[in-house]
Amino acid sequence: MTEPADPPFVEFDRVQKSYDGETLVVKDLNLQMPKGEFLTMLGPSGSGKTTCLMMLAGFETATHGDIRLDGKPINNIPPHKRGIGMVFQNYALFPHMTVAENLAFPLEVRGEAKTDREARVHTALEMVQMGDFGARRPAQLSGGQRQRVALARALVFEPELVLMDEPLGALDKQLREHMQFEIKHLHEKLGITVVYVTHDQTEALTMSDRVAVFNDGVIQQLAPPDELYERPQNSFVAGFIGENNRLEGKIEGIEADKAVVRLKTGELIDATPVNVTSVGQETLVSIRPERVEFKPENFDEGAHTIEAEVLEFIYMGDSFRTRLRVAGHDDFVMKSRNMLGQERLQPGRKLPISWHPQDARALDAM
Amino acid sequence: MSDAVSDPSRSETLTTADGKPLKAALARAQARNRRRAFYLVLPLLLFVVVTFLIPIGQMLSMSVNNPAFYSWKDRDTGEKVPLMVDLRAWFDENPVGTEPDEAAYAALAAGLAHARETKSIGQIGTRINYEVSGTRSMFTKSARRAEKLEPPFKEALLDIDEDWADPRLWSAMRNASKSFTVDFYLAALDYTRDADGNVVKVEEERAVYILLFKRTLVLSAFITLLTLVLGFPIAHLLATLPLRHSNLLMIFVLLPFWTSLLVRTTSWIVLLQSQGVINDVWVATGLIGDENRLQMIYNQTGTVIAMTHILLPFMVLPLYSVMRPIDPSYVRAARSLGATSWTAFRRVYLPQTVPGIGAGGLLVFILAVGYYITPALVGGSSGQLISNLIAFHMQKSLNWSLAAALASLLLAGVLLLYWLYDRLVGIDNLKLG
Amino acid sequence: MKKTLILTTALAGFAMSAAAQEISVMSWGGAYGKSQIEAYHKPFTEKTGIKVISVDADNPATPIKAQVEAGNVTIDVADVEYADAVRLCDEGLLEEIDPAILPDGADGTPAMDDFLPGAVTDCLVTTIVFSTIFAYDSTKFADTPPTSISDFFDLEAFPGKRGLRKGAKANLEMALMADGVAPEEVYEMLETDEGVDRAFAKLDTIKDSVVWWEAGAQPPQLLADGEVSMTTAYNGRIFNAAVGEGQPFVTVFDGQVYEYDGYVIPKGAPNLEAALDFLVFSTETEQLAEQAKWISYGPARKSSGPLVGLYQDGKTEMGPHMPTAAENLKKALPSDFEFWADRDTELNERFNAWLAG
Repeated sequence: MTEPADPPFVEFDRVQKSYDGETLVVKDLNLQMPKGEFLTMLGPSGSGKTTCLMMLAGFETATHGDIRLDGKPINNIPPHKRGIGMVFQNYALFPHMTVAENLAFPLEVRGEAKTDREARVHTALEMVQMGDFGARRPAQLSGGQRQRVALARALVFEPELVLMDEPLGALDKQLREHMQFEIKHLHEKLGITVVYVTHDQTEALTMSDRVAVFNDGVIQQLAPPDELYERPQNSFVAGFIGENNRLEGKIEGIEADKAVVRLKTGELIDATPVNVTSVGQETLVSIRPERVEFKPENFDEGAHTIEAEVLEFIYMGDSFRTRLRVAGHDDFVMKSRNMLGQERLQPGRKLPISWHPQDARALDAM
Repeated sequence: MSDAVSDPSRSETLTTADGKPLKAALARAQARNRRRAFYLVLPLLLFVVVTFLIPIGQMLSMSVNNPAFYSWKDRDTGEKVPLMVDLRAWFDENPVGTEPDEAAYAALAAGLAHARETKSIGQIGTRINYEVSGTRSMFTKSARRAEKLEPPFKEALLDIDEDWADPRLWSAMRNASKSFTVDFYLAALDYTRDADGNVVKVEEERAVYILLFKRTLVLSAFITLLTLVLGFPIAHLLATLPLRHSNLLMIFVLLPFWTSLLVRTTSWIVLLQSQGVINDVWVATGLIGDENRLQMIYNQTGTVIAMTHILLPFMVLPLYSVMRPIDPSYVRAARSLGATSWTAFRRVYLPQTVPGIGAGGLLVFILAVGYYITPALVGGSSGQLISNLIAFHMQKSLNWSLAAALASLLLAGVLLLYWLYDRLVGIDNLKLG
Repeated sequence: MKKTLILTTALAGFAMSAAAQEISVMSWGGAYGKSQIEAYHKPFTEKTGIKVISVDADNPATPIKAQVEAGNVTIDVADVEYADAVRLCDEGLLEEIDPAILPDGADGTPAMDDFLPGAVTDCLVTTIVFSTIFAYDSTKFADTPPTSISDFFDLEAFPGKRGLRKGAKANLEMALMADGVAPEEVYEMLETDEGVDRAFAKLDTIKDSVVWWEAGAQPPQLLADGEVSMTTAYNGRIFNAAVGEGQPFVTVFDGQVYEYDGYVIPKGAPNLEAALDFLVFSTETEQLAEQAKWISYGPARKSSGPLVGLYQDGKTEMGPHMPTAAENLKKALPSDFEFWADRDTELNERFNAWLAG
């Protein structure tokens, strides 16, 4: 976990949250964000990510611990004085107001003059390419348009921190991908700090500076997307982010950057130890499907090979998926690019496969 | 984003595969469904016509037409017998204000004798008595002797009762001969006709309807306001509680619906009367002295309390149905945008509940305007509403035409209100459930 | 299966028409209805085998009018107030009754002399005399109980709320009598505007202390709840509460207004002959006397008087509780039907305006 060098802009300091006094929804959360960062809270539903966001916004109070914004504790500041912009999952555009009135609302309650208001509303709408829609009602807009308006409304009063609670959840795939870029560009252009909550890992990986993976009220890993994907710190993160093959085994030997694992079926494989420490420990070895090789010429020198049997071949357009039986597991997947001359493996064929030991990460057995 | 849909107005006349116009084919295909749908609602339509539209039509016609003076339905044969034929002819020949001459009296005497024969004199006397009090017995008394009367009829009739010369009586008989009259509406608005047929205000000590119309409107508006003030927080609570709690609470709100109106009203009497539970508790706790027991029933207070309670569910239910789907994120959004909780409520939450407020308000107001059992039981003298007088004329004085006129005015008032609501808020902004 | 059904239906229909010896009698229910069932219905069935079905209504005059006007009469005999009977008769809604069919009194007095004056009209045979009296709660006035109608209007000497029927009838008469007008002059006075003003002025003196009632069952309830200390009421209701239920209520007959009430036959009654039989039977001396054992309404025949004995509890002498007892008639007013037929509309309009104002 890398500590940001700048003084933290948003800080969770040993925050705990419980709704019923019996179970903790958020357990001892520590998190620091520098100004201008785009941080995503990723996790399955019920993992505590939305609760964290709501505590930051002021709609929930922390049961214990401090939340600081720009160095000042905000636990006792009501939501309307925090100056945090927020985009909601269902957009929460006021249905009885026009788009322009929706955007003017935050300026109005701040007592801004009417002419200033109009100018800023106009600028904000232009920013999301919705300049012509000011007189419409939210009901007359499509989902994507509403999303832009909601975004503009959260930004129009120029908050330094913007929270987004699964803002793209209701959009179809294509639109969602498009909006991801737009939000990312706005973030870069305006230099705002963003806390983004989602359960969609692709979204998290494509947009964020850093991703905090939540599970069971605890941040499992906080890291930039590439590190998260390539170097998951535990089995949960490995399983939650991207596709993943898991092989159960026991540590036979361990060195600083290399562990030898004996699988259930007796084969030996090389792996990189991540959070295993001692010989004899149960482990799950995690290997990404796209890092598995079946052409001997690509095998890494010194790496173990292992026997596999092809069970199924699936054509996916840009890639092939081959389901293999490996070390007693029927669900081992190998992914290969659809290149010119790429071999299509026939079911029933037996062949050795291999991977670079760095790509096999020996993790906790959960 | 959605301009992928092509503009239908641009399309030219489309045809089916075999060249027939597409629209005609569509209409034919749908006609069967439409016919079937119509048959399904037909029973309801008939029901509404028979139980609602026809009675309202009858009421309206009764309020402008009371044939009691000139038409009689024979009980045995079912035939309609015209009455006072000669007298009506005389009225037709002589303009308003003509001094009744011997011919008029002769016609009257003949009419009385005929009415005696057909047993319709009670009906005639009652009808004229609505207009000129104290004349019913004149008719019955004179009719009994009409057959034996001899000319000159004027003297003979004046001999029986000198009030036969009263010009007001003649004016009333002339009015009652017409098949169309607005006199019942005049009466319902505290007006009457003088001897010359001019419209004048009734004496002050008899004027009651305008006062009661006003009181009904003011009290109903007040009750509506009270149900809103009391019902809004309840509805909000119901809408925000988890479903299993709110269902239980909803039962309490609906409880009044499941008990008879009389039981509810009677329990208010038990609670509120001066020797009742509430006064007893106050006296027992020393809040008030035994001699200062509060009069909370048999007056307007009683009417307002009991009716507010009875009508509360009609406010809570539409409000609830509007509030339930309002996402809490609206208020959160407003708060995050910088609004205080009061501003968020006023600017964001409240406007979204307007359809419920409108529906509940209209419902409660219309019901309150027409309520009569509760005010009759707990209203005393100052808590009486116009509906109590409608009931009085329906059940006791049996002056159905006046009751119909009063009811029609009330109906017109409610329709006016509905129209106003439509103009101000828009009827599509109304959510009844 | 279908055939059997038709057969049974036919049989049932046949059985119905065979047992057509039954009549429907509409009355007011409650203690009064019970007195009629005991005194008239049961003995009649016993004697003739004709079954009597009792039907209750708030005021039978209203459904009778509706039934006859709609041409769908199901009621054979109805119990209505005198004023209603005359009005319905005038409008041709009732069968006329030949007084010759009424038997002489048990003591031999000819029928028309035996009945109280005016008790038999074209369409009505009176059965009872009932009265609007006032009653008080004796626990409230233990030392100096009210004795006259003037006391009812005296809030200073007799503090407490008053119950009055919501309507002009009887209230105006009582107000004038309380104001010192002799009973025989009351209607004469009410014919004039000054008289009406005077009656309303008297009512004004207690208006703020009045609890208004409408149904006959309300006054004893108001007294029992302590909601009023004195109330006007129908005498039978107070009698039942006081003697029947042991409530501490005392009836004051001073200033009472009494009226007739009796049987009529709606025009087009389905069983006219049986209805006439029932009417004649019920208005015989013995039956009228029998009814008075059940409720304190005076019998309409003079010859019944001596036969009235004890209340059903077996110890209360009915005589003194009757509105027609000589003692109770000292200051009493027979309600004037003609007056109310003529003035009802006007005076009730004025009453309603006075009430609302």
